[in-house]
Amino acid sequence: MQEKLEDASRQLKFRSSKTGRDLSAAIGRICREIGRDGITIMHVCGSHEQALAKYGLRSALPPELDLIMGPGCPVCVTDLPEVDEAVALAESGVRIVTYGDMLRVPGSSKSLADARATGAKVDIVYGVHQAVELARKLEEEVVFFATGFETTAVATAAALLGGVPDNFLVLSAHKYVPPAMELVARIPGSRVEGFLAAGHAATITGWGIFADFAAKHGMPVVVAGFEPLDILAGVARLLELVRDRKAVVDNMYPRCVTRDGNQRAQEAMWKVFETMAGRWRGIAEIPDGNLRLREEWSHSDARKRFKIDMTGLWTQAPRARVDRCICGNIMAGLASPRDCELFGHECTPEDPVGACMVSSEGSCRIWHHYGGHPDLSDI
Amino acid sequence: MKRGTEEVVALRHGAGGAAMRRLIQEVLIRDLETLPFEGIGIAAMDDGAALRVGDRWLVLTTDSHVVQPPFFPGGDIGRLAVCGTVNDLAMMGATEVLALTCAVVLEAGFSLADLERIQSSMVEACREAVAPIVTGDTKVMGSGELDGIILNTTGIGFAHRLILDSGLMPGDRIIVTGNVGEHGLAVMVARHELDFEGELVSDVAPVGGLIHRALVAAEPHERGVTAMKDPTRGGLAGALHEMAAKGKVGVLLEESSIPITPQAAAVGELLGIDPLHVANEGKAVLGVDPAVADKVLAALRDHPLGRKARIIGRSIPEHRGRVILQTGFGRRLLAEPQGELLPRIC
Repeated sequence: MQEKLEDASRQLKFRSSKTGRDLSAAIGRICREIGRDGITIMHVCGSHEQALAKYGLRSALPPELDLIMGPGCPVCVTDLPEVDEAVALAESGVRIVTYGDMLRVPGSSKSLADARATGAKVDIVYGVHQAVELARKLEEEVVFFATGFETTAVATAAALLGGVPDNFLVLSAHKYVPPAMELVARIPGSRVEGFLAAGHAATITGWGIFADFAAKHGMPVVVAGFEPLDILAGVARLLELVRDRKAVVDNMYPRCVTRDGNQRAQEAMWKVFETMAGRWRGIAEIPDGNLRLREEWSHSDARKRFKIDMTGLWTQAPRARVDRCICGNIMAGLASPRDCELFGHECTPEDPVGACMVSSEGSCRIWHHYGGHPDLSDI
Repeated sequence: MKRGTEEVVALRHGAGGAAMRRLIQEVLIRDLETLPFEGIGIAAMDDGAALRVGDRWLVLTTDSHVVQPPFFPGGDIGRLAVCGTVNDLAMMGATEVLALTCAVVLEAGFSLADLERIQSSMVEACREAVAPIVTGDTKVMGSGELDGIILNTTGIGFAHRLILDSGLMPGDRIIVTGNVGEHGLAVMVARHELDFEGELVSDVAPVGGLIHRALVAAEPHERGVTAMKDPTRGGLAGALHEMAAKGKVGVLLEESSIPITPQAAAVGELLGIDPLHVANEGKAVLGVDPAVADKVLAALRDHPLGRKARIIGRSIPEHRGRVILQTGFGRRLLAEPQGELLPRIC
């Protein structure tokens, strides 16, 4: 079986539906071998959720298997005070540049889009390099509101290491995934029996980073890519490990991911960033979950250059709808979008209540885009 | 959308999806008089209206065209304005055009050379569609009061048998007349000045002749072609949703059967836009009785504009109003496009 699955993940064509059907059948068989209801595994990546929905993969999984999404959307877990910092800076007249997805993420009382609508300078960039270019062209200070996991943190680090002008500053809201997996694995009431780790982040960190985690929590981890066959092969392998009670790491994305990952990228990241405890929106305070600039980079740290006063944003009471938003539980894997009474009615991409409906990596947004019922099971 | 406490029109209200339908139903056609005579009126929200004239139907449709940029690979706003109206007539069974009108609204400062190019392109499209423009209107507005040019065309034609977008019955085969997604993606690539290798060109073309062939092939059969719609704004997904909802049926699609070029698929994936959600301007979606489906398909494929026609699915009695896509790996809903399509920026 192992050999067959590895073959599948090596194939050049990762969208063969024939192989897909074989893998679905294998998944069904392994679940029967496990022999009980309520087998729960978690993936931690918006791109995995996108592929699951786009290819209708959940409809090909057996009913006893629950494949849920964890905290896999960096935009979603960016916390209110972090958005508030960016909004407050923007409203004080400082130019903020950030990724498009961040624009509409609600803060305590406003999003960056709201700030822009009332005259604040907020620009969208595709990548940090564009933000640096902009800073070179302008006299004024340009603050890059840096969000995302390891994948984008490396890009931010590389930009700083490559040399930036004095007027380029970083407001870091970067997050580091491994500690979040630790936390989710320990959440009381969590039924998660194994993790499907995100292939792209693992190209940087390497799959070796999950070894301690697997041993400590007695839980297998499988690194998987993003084509439909990558995901199905990853799920099948993960279920084999669950069945065999093997708390180890396996790499089902060997065409991109190695044990040690991209060392140069890691070096760059740790040269610039260090971990600190930070809140992930809706989830919890996560020890080592945030990445802040090291002391040596104070001159490029927006938090050191400016005194950011957010109190002006906290005078307004949150909208009543916000209290009914269950984004936190969804990101912790304790609920699904369909458990939310706001989903699709009072909370839509045009008028989002929670961050999960804002980002194209958020599970609510993804489910909504695919008609609200990704597995068709409840209609 | 809200500005302060006042509700305002948003771009999504023009995107061909649910928001637009609500705007039309709740605001624009509220309290309009129903037809005092036999026919298809505005309440049907079909591609056009149909009025009984003797033993035939006079089909009437109008369409305003705004496209940025006005010139794009494969066509321009002039060709689009002719084809859009001619195709709407064809979708109701009026495959031969009696006449067109054309109204032009221009922004002061619009290039005269560009206007001449647009006009020649309209002449050319009219020739292809065998559709004479018989009257028109011209207005010029101040600089900044509109974005370059707006073209409106109105068309009339006769149909012997009306075909509505509400006629799908369970079991009908769904045919699409060629590769989907190309117009919308080509315009988006041009609009955002994205640099892709290879040619992605708009499919904008008059389909009256093509549809005429299909109708003739289906003619002896009592039901034949049961429903038609051109998958313009909202794309194939939007058209099928409307047909499913109005016909009170579900639609089951086989994704691998949907004709789409690797180029369009790749550009869609790069931009994060589903080619099934973007506009086509030279295609039709037909519901066809299974008894004549193969004949209709053969007739379509015999025409230069229908070479890539395919049966892509069928309508089913369950899942009324829903479109279900069999992906080869599993099944999922094909949702209606929700708002203005924007390329993924992050």
